[in-house]
Amino acid sequence: MLAMLLFIALPIASVITQSVFIPHEQVIVEVENCGPFGCEKSTAIDQEATNKLRQTQPLGRFAGADIYFDRAHLAINEVTEAWRESSGIVEFTGRLNNLPFYGALAFTLTYTAIVTPLSIGLGFLIALAVNALPRVIRGPTIFFSLLPMIITPLIGALILFWMVDARGVLGAGIQALFNDPDLSLKASTPLTWLMLVVYGIWSSAPFAFVVYYAGLQTVSQDSIEAAMLDGASRWERIRYVVIPHLLPLTTFMALIKIMDNFRVFEPIVSFNAGAHAQSLSYFIYSDLGGETRLLSSAAATSVLTICGVAVLLSPVIVRTWRNFGKRS
Amino acid sequence: MKLSKKALLTAVLFAAGTGVVQAACGITSGRVSIVGNEFPAIKSVAAKAAECAGGKVTVKANLTADHQKINVAGMQGNPAEYTSAIIANSSIIALMNEGLIRPLDDLVKQHGQSLSPSQLIKIDGKVMAVAFMANAQHLIYRKDILEKAGIPIPTTYEDMLAGAKVIRDKGLMQYPLSGAYKSGWNLAQEFINMYIGYDGDFYKPGTAEVSINNAKGVKTLETLKALTQYMNPDFLTHDSNAAAAEWEAGKVAMMNFWGSRTAVLQDDKGSTKEVYSNTLVSGPLTVGGGNTPATTLWWDGFTVAKNISDEDAVATFKALVNGVSPSLLNDKTMPEAVWMISGYKPAPVAAGVFATIKAGATPYPMRPYHGLLHTALGDNLSDYLQGKESAQQALSDIEAAYTAAAKEKGFLKR
Repeated sequence: MLAMLLFIALPIASVITQSVFIPHEQVIVEVENCGPFGCEKSTAIDQEATNKLRQTQPLGRFAGADIYFDRAHLAINEVTEAWRESSGIVEFTGRLNNLPFYGALAFTLTYTAIVTPLSIGLGFLIALAVNALPRVIRGPTIFFSLLPMIITPLIGALILFWMVDARGVLGAGIQALFNDPDLSLKASTPLTWLMLVVYGIWSSAPFAFVVYYAGLQTVSQDSIEAAMLDGASRWERIRYVVIPHLLPLTTFMALIKIMDNFRVFEPIVSFNAGAHAQSLSYFIYSDLGGETRLLSSAAATSVLTICGVAVLLSPVIVRTWRNFGKRS
Repeated sequence: MKLSKKALLTAVLFAAGTGVVQAACGITSGRVSIVGNEFPAIKSVAAKAAECAGGKVTVKANLTADHQKINVAGMQGNPAEYTSAIIANSSIIALMNEGLIRPLDDLVKQHGQSLSPSQLIKIDGKVMAVAFMANAQHLIYRKDILEKAGIPIPTTYEDMLAGAKVIRDKGLMQYPLSGAYKSGWNLAQEFINMYIGYDGDFYKPGTAEVSINNAKGVKTLETLKALTQYMNPDFLTHDSNAAAAEWEAGKVAMMNFWGSRTAVLQDDKGSTKEVYSNTLVSGPLTVGGGNTPATTLWWDGFTVAKNISDEDAVATFKALVNGVSPSLLNDKTMPEAVWMISGYKPAPVAAGVFATIKAGATPYPMRPYHGLLHTALGDNLSDYLQGKESAQQALSDIEAAYTAAAKEKGFLKR
């Protein structure tokens, strides 16, 4: 209980607090800067006045929900303007996509919606296939199936980044395959999204495979034999015996995967795909790091991410609640 | 017996040796921890400063291309994690804005006799940094390709575009141009260079209000787009290192590139003789018939953190003064940068930076809110370059992003 309070409740409370405060107004003074190329008149921040302000009000100015509604987040003003001025739903969606938060949300939701079911499905298929192998080669096969997950995500993605470059092995191969010398995965947005989704499926399938493989060992042989006696084909056995048995595991996998995929971040950094695909986590990272350090903006995006995960998980949590409620 | 005598002798010599190094730097104790960028010149300076280590003096260096992501946070602790940040005229602003560096006037008076007055960076009358090299982006070109195509060395971006067309039409290279056009800091830098070349003003005079959504901004975007037509289609993912890799692979004929990174292209590692022996430097390019070069002048220098003990500050200052002392210059380090150190003999590769200074290029703007504009540019230029939106839309997005950030940070009223 104490750990939950310390590591979950307090940090969330802290992030919410930081998201409603913004830095004080800067006190600017005119200064002269002299360097190797001569002197010029410029401006600088008055450190003494700023320190005084910070001592009296350390949290900053109270901004309420301003940060949430500003252009970099929910963009209430820009959205209403787009709604009024757009001639149709297509144009409205286009203008919405232009706003940073909604563009990032579009990619994040697309990534989550495609990668989650496909990686679970692929993991299940691999588990079935490995389960059917003779014991002798099962060990090495399991090892190779786990490799995409064992490799540090950043390194794996970086290797792929160079292979997929227009002059790398995969990039040149794809160009030769489609006979199009201008084709480049990194240069077009839909193809970059495709590349990130494929990478996501490939690197998270092993986790589903491991969980399903363990689950397959618990399928009762009696049910399988009974089904075989009834004349069920292999596919029918899987569909009517194995899959229902693994349903609780599937719910568990979906929960974990939705949470993980909504926070997609490493592929975007390793593939240098920031120009084509942004995600909410990527926004938090760019706000936090670097010279600008928009901390309130990062805090607001964090809170919005938490809300997004809660919204996405609500069906799964409701179903789990119902299942366990039924049993107890 | 023999063994222990040898051991004793070794120990005595080691202690004496350490003592000799200490006497050379003149530091008795202290912690020196440097953070900075990772191009060759800075690596040399950090290595020279590390010669002061020994006994009670520790010297560490964290040199990374992501130094701007970690230096502010790293110097905010008390005591600060880094005692010195090697920065340039743009990255010093972030440290100044947060009040993380200390004035060096006293240290210069006591320990900085070997420094020349032009190295001292004075902000509001106080010395805040000591510069040791000048840098700029200027033209580099492949002499053999230009000769084969029969085009003169370009002095304007229009010439560069015309030359690239000829090279492509003659079948010499498919993508003759390159540059650090990676979406983010690098791409924003190219915009800033080009906009300055068109004599644009970034802000309304006397205010922090941005004003780039004008005819000059549109011309800047159009020129950048025209240049990218002649670049490898992956240009939005190529930073300076990737552009250098393209060059060394022999795929590029001309580019606007950092002087500090050009020596690497001219050495015999990583490329064939045909490439490195034909890699030459030229001056800055102008654009739109203007006189102001479409580039910015940079100095790189070291600072000393505020949140450290005075003992560490003295140790840091002395170690870095040793790092930029005339003994740094040798055959290997001489061509790495345009050093502001006495005894510097310009190598041919330095001609580019000198030409840029002579052509009257402007230093990178040092306003406290310019970092916000740089970031807003970096985030919003790629859509236009990919043809997804018009120039006006891109400029208005940039202005809106900058305004939101400036309002949040208190540079503009809400």
